[in-house]
Amino acid sequence: MNCKTLVIELEQYLDEELDAAVRASIEEHLTKCKKCRIIVNTCKKTIEIYCNSEPAPLPEDTRLRLHDALAKRLRRAHP
Amino acid sequence: MLSHPQCRFAKTLCALWAAHSYRMNSMLPSAMDEQAMSSPKINPVPQRQQIPSQVVKEDEPQLVAAAQSGKLEAFETLVERYERKIFRLTLNITQNREDAEDAMQEAFLKAFEHLHEFQGNSRFYTWLVRIAVNQALMKLRKRRPNQVSLDAEVDTGEDTIPREVEDWGPSPEDRFEQVELSGILSEAIGELDPPFRTVFQLRDIEELSTEETAEALGLSVPAVKSRLLRARLKLRQKLTRYFRRSDNQ
Repeated sequence: MNCKTLVIELEQYLDEELDAAVRASIEEHLTKCKKCRIIVNTCKKTIEIYCNSEPAPLPEDTRLRLHDALAKRLRRAHP
Repeated sequence: MLSHPQCRFAKTLCALWAAHSYRMNSMLPSAMDEQAMSSPKINPVPQRQQIPSQVVKEDEPQLVAAAQSGKLEAFETLVERYERKIFRLTLNITQNREDAEDAMQEAFLKAFEHLHEFQGNSRFYTWLVRIAVNQALMKLRKRRPNQVSLDAEVDTGEDTIPREVEDWGPSPEDRFEQVELSGILSEAIGELDPPFRTVFQLRDIEELSTEETAEALGLSVPAVKSRLLRARLKLRQKLTRYFRRSDNQ
């Protein structure tokens, strides 16, 4: 395992789709290569931050227009 | 009960839904078909399915069934539960406020009109996300017809390996207020090209599987994987601007 082959396998490593042998090979490389370790750890953190992020509140005018649109559509379908 | 008293159309909706439900129930079935790094430390992979904010509430199937049987309050609850997430999705994809709002509206309207077609084979939210992403992509293609080709060839070769990498400080997200962090995440994803940000949005924010993402976007599974890798690496790099380790960490 080297830096180039690690990137090729990175997607499956992050998604835990690799078999044990390849995974062990990656993790051995990570103990020796600081650059790859930073890339892998910050990639995981990127996923975690986005996954945990809460959406901003919906602006009230946007929310009201959404509910208005729902009401109007029903009214058109069933005058 | 509707939880938002300011929804001034609630009563109208209730009355119309009751009429709609009565008519639908009185129809023949055929007519209903309309429609850190001093010592090597490898962080664990985030267990997304265990993160509370992303867990679909257990009452979703009951709410969907109630909405399908004509209970407007149930559909209203689903809209209120997901409207923020769907707006973030359409905004991240379109990168245009007006288009995002239109796409969100159209997504909920389509979901409402086609609710009887939802079979429960997937999560309702996954079904809703697929509708919303299609609406958002239609808006994006209309505005930038020559720039949005999700299935164009992408280079996933050696240029994906950063030449220099900077480490992040501990808990970087905690260094920002929620609103500020939200802006940073939104800005970073907006800097990605549409094929990358769309795949990232579906896989890592909406938590669709690789297969569900491929199906929703009309891509092959390998194409989803290669775009996702590029998107994750690019976002990691962009976030380094904000999250890099400072001198005193």
